[in-house]
Amino acid sequence: MDNLGLLADGFGSVLTPENLLFAAIGVLLGTFVGVLPGIGPAMAVALLLPVTYGLDPIPAFIMFAGIYYGGMYGGSTTSILLNTPGESASVMTALEGNLMARAGRAAQALATAAIGSFIAGTIGTLLVVFFAPALASVAVEIGAPSYFALMVLAMIMVTSVLGGSPLRGFIALFIGLTIGLVGLDLNTGQPRLSFDQPLLADRIDVVVVAVGIFALGEALWVAAHLRRSPLHVIPVGRPWMDRSDFRRSWGPWLRGTAYGFPFGALPAGGAEIPTFLSYLTEKRIAKRKGIDEFGKGAIEGVAGPEAANNASAAGTFVPLLALGLPVTATSAVMLAALQGYGIEPGPGLMTDQPELVWALLASLLVGNALLLVLNLPLAPVWAKLLRIPRPQLYAGILFFAALGAYASNLQAFDLFLLVLLGLLGLAMRRFGLPVLPLILGVILGPLMEFRLREAMAISGGDVSGLWSEPLAVAIYVVVALVVVAPFVVRAVRPTPEVPTVDASGSVEDDAADSPGNEEALR
Amino acid sequence: MSTPLDTTTGAARTPDAGTPDRDLPQLGLAAALVLVGAYTFYDATTLRIGFGDPVGPRVFPYVIGAVTVLLGVLLALSTLRGDVPEAEGGEDVDLRQPADWVTVLKLVGVLMVTVLTVSFLGWAISGAILFVGSAWSLGSRTLVRDVIVGLVLSVGSWYAFHEGLGVILPAGILDGVL
Repeated sequence: MDNLGLLADGFGSVLTPENLLFAAIGVLLGTFVGVLPGIGPAMAVALLLPVTYGLDPIPAFIMFAGIYYGGMYGGSTTSILLNTPGESASVMTALEGNLMARAGRAAQALATAAIGSFIAGTIGTLLVVFFAPALASVAVEIGAPSYFALMVLAMIMVTSVLGGSPLRGFIALFIGLTIGLVGLDLNTGQPRLSFDQPLLADRIDVVVVAVGIFALGEALWVAAHLRRSPLHVIPVGRPWMDRSDFRRSWGPWLRGTAYGFPFGALPAGGAEIPTFLSYLTEKRIAKRKGIDEFGKGAIEGVAGPEAANNASAAGTFVPLLALGLPVTATSAVMLAALQGYGIEPGPGLMTDQPELVWALLASLLVGNALLLVLNLPLAPVWAKLLRIPRPQLYAGILFFAALGAYASNLQAFDLFLLVLLGLLGLAMRRFGLPVLPLILGVILGPLMEFRLREAMAISGGDVSGLWSEPLAVAIYVVVALVVVAPFVVRAVRPTPEVPTVDASGSVEDDAADSPGNEEALR
Repeated sequence: MSTPLDTTTGAARTPDAGTPDRDLPQLGLAAALVLVGAYTFYDATTLRIGFGDPVGPRVFPYVIGAVTVLLGVLLALSTLRGDVPEAEGGEDVDLRQPADWVTVLKLVGVLMVTVLTVSFLGWAISGAILFVGSAWSLGSRTLVRDVIVGLVLSVGSWYAFHEGLGVILPAGILDGVL
């Protein structure tokens, strides 16, 4: 395959001693930040963006790849040892993982999570290698009308399919679109929403938005509701697995990967649904085999969802690289980082910057392998991080958030914007507004306007130019279905018996029969 | 996670189930949305239209402003009908206690001090003030240790950015010392 040759070239540019050092630093930093309680992968990547300022694109990407997988793995360590998942994707891992840890099998839970993440991440990234270029070669043929339609689809999916309240999703999306408007208009060069401030006319840096909403907003929200009593941390030794653990894990790893990748690659990505499906499947299979340990700490319940989570994370690179569409918070931050290197997201990415894209894919594989090598021995060290006193921990988060926002342009004004955006992030958490649609609006809004004006310029101002391509029409049909479907379902079945795939709801069901759960939360 | 807030949201969507428990501060958010949307709309009317560009710079802000106003109105309506938000949980978040806005105010104050002083005091000092002030606001009473940690962090990050990344953070009054 041609793709493998290109990937080999990517490895060629990645595998130098210096770059491997950057990868190792990235993995260590990513895990370090990801393990810290209260920090999910998206926040970890946002906080660590400034570390890569001043680096060349390739070393920076390698470090990103390490940070990305490190942050994800760090998050699952926290959820296993604390039973308080930092993000919805690790809710399922936390269920059985924490029960295993309580039963004295924390080492095995961490090991199956690490190896499962490695296997799923590697398979997932290899699938990206095969799918993304094919999709990208189709994507370059996509005209402005279809691309505009595609962005509408991504926004509608993320706002109305994921998350509980569509109204709140749309509010977040339109706040994001408004932030995206600030600055000079692309065609006429007039400042919009800039209050005659030259610094605002320069557009608001996406990094400042991401750090403000994710890191500062979260830190302020935690400050308002800080848990005053310490959480119970389960001590852990060096992760290891014996033969029977392996025998029970490999099936869930592969099935989890099979669930995770397609969901990640779809515009309605996210890891909540595949981790949930993987959990249910493993539970059912275990019951049929008659070795059902679910509810008592089943290793399958960690191996499957954890693999699904990582495979889905790898899958999100397909729309990200082929179409320039971020579908998870973490990939939105990654896209912001790519934009920082002058890489324009969009269908042309793989053809315009092939060496960068292949280097990024190769670094994902390298980062994944390093993660396994470094983190199995280091797990006990990471577990100690969970004991950092909270005032110092969140003071440190504020410190690094300020550093990140400041270091990109060295403008005190950026810090002021950061505080404002942090307060917005706080308000969003208070009012239950989802964060992802906002970031998506900030990033995709300007691109959407650009494509709209391009499409209309081609058609000479005729609105029908927007559906002049068959693909655009097809996408609008899907959009209509997505919008209409919930109403139809509600009309046909007024009181749905089937539990919605809502992570928090399902946890409560399972938490009810684990008596230790409440005490852990206290 | 299993907080009392979760259970209220299910009931909130069907207003006739249970007693309507209104979240009135949400009206403030709705008002803010209407204001922001209206200003976005107004701002767009001040733009000049370019040549050879059938869409022009106004259409997008018109649509975004109008929809934002509409969303604000919808939010106000659903608030009055008893729609309660589901506040976000987390590892260190305890939603069973009332929100501690005083701490948040202190933190914002500390951040604003950093905004105002970073240009002339320099990152090494402003950053340390930020760390110490935040830790203090969050309830730490180990001042000496916090000052040491804060200085190590800020001076360390100054050197790391200077040497490792080639980004020169302002040295401020420590110019020549660092």
